[in-house]
Amino acid sequence: MRNLWTFISRYNAFFLFIIFFVIGIYLTIKNNAYPRSVTLNSSNEVVGNAYEQLNVLKRYLNLGMVNDSLAAENAKLKSQLLALTTIDSAKDVKVNDTLTNQQYTYLAAKVVKNSITLRNNVMTINKGSVDGIETGMAVISPQKGVVGFIRDVSLHLATIQSLLHKDTKISVTIKKSNALGSLVWGDNNFDIRKAFIKEVPNHIKMNVGDTIVTSGFGKFPAGVPVGRLSKTGVATNDNFLSGELSLFNDFGTLQYVYVIKNKLAKEQEILENPVTPK
Amino acid sequence: MNSRLIIVNLIRWFILLFVQIFLLKNMGFYDLSTPFIYVLFILLLPFGIPNILLYALAFATGLTLDAFYDTMGVHATACTVMAFVRISFISISLNRDAIDDPEPSLSYMGFQWFALYAFLCVVSHHLVLFFLETFKLTEINYTLMRCGLSCIFTLLIILLVEFIFYKRTSR
Repeated sequence: MRNLWTFISRYNAFFLFIIFFVIGIYLTIKNNAYPRSVTLNSSNEVVGNAYEQLNVLKRYLNLGMVNDSLAAENAKLKSQLLALTTIDSAKDVKVNDTLTNQQYTYLAAKVVKNSITLRNNVMTINKGSVDGIETGMAVISPQKGVVGFIRDVSLHLATIQSLLHKDTKISVTIKKSNALGSLVWGDNNFDIRKAFIKEVPNHIKMNVGDTIVTSGFGKFPAGVPVGRLSKTGVATNDNFLSGELSLFNDFGTLQYVYVIKNKLAKEQEILENPVTPK
Repeated sequence: MNSRLIIVNLIRWFILLFVQIFLLKNMGFYDLSTPFIYVLFILLLPFGIPNILLYALAFATGLTLDAFYDTMGVHATACTVMAFVRISFISISLNRDAIDDPEPSLSYMGFQWFALYAFLCVVSHHLVLFFLETFKLTEINYTLMRCGLSCIFTLLIILLVEFIFYKRTSR
């Protein structure tokens, strides 16, 4: 103890230096923002670095497991991709008809079977009740012209009673005069490019070249172009005029059609055919 | 004699700190060279001073400077280092028993010894000071340049002051 004391007192300059130096450094670090932040940060950095090295090691050890999970995920994604590329991604397209304040929804569908050579032609599309298709919906072609009505609906498919059918009658107007008529096909002329407009009032003057559009009174929205008058004044045995028109759309090359969902169809039907008590 | 030494050192302390704080604090060449003349007080403390008193005085002087420079602890640490260098240099270069001069000034010790003494003390002080001030090693070139230029400036002024108050009587 005595020796220690003599040792300390002999080298008191050094020990005093250590004491004062430590106090000085402590004051510096404690009271100056930058040295304090540096000291704290560098100690944090040391700790952080150690953890990072540990992480690298851990990652390396986990490599096998990660590899397996990646392979599994890859397989899953591949199967999903396969499902996506084969699915029909056609979606509902909404058109807001501000003129008549009705909302129509257009649903694209692919024609999977078509016939044009029979007296009553029916085609099949690849959308069914799952896609919200119901009997009686109107069908138009993407470019121009009407196609027909939905007849039968199965889960994923539907048949269309096309214009080229003896029961199909569509309400049309002559665009210029707004005169109503009905569009039919196959009145002694089974040309798929021709159709007939009938039941036009007698006083209406029809000209060759007049455009015929849908009237909007039936299932079709108003103003869908149908065809152009090619022959007027075909004689009929009643008090109405009739004319021959060339259709805009070509039933022979039809590949895609739009099914028109009318939001107000049901409401209109109920309104116009009120249930009468029996 | 003893009281005279105390009074002289006290006056020296006031004058040096006054000059340092109110004049030299506002001086500097492009922030590269700033003189710290107040270290002369620690340099010129008498030989017979006890180590603990020397450290305490150096530390207190440093703290006073810190208060004005707003760098708490930096000057105090630098002065502590300088005191250690001073004690070491004196104990190495001089025979403790043969010292009969009152203080290590230029007039008593001669130019050569004093110049080396001042150089070592000032360099150690400035090194600690500037490195504690920047507190990082990334700007080491800039810090060393500031340190070197400030050392030259400080030494120049210290020698100038010493020559001004040179007493021919002693040697």
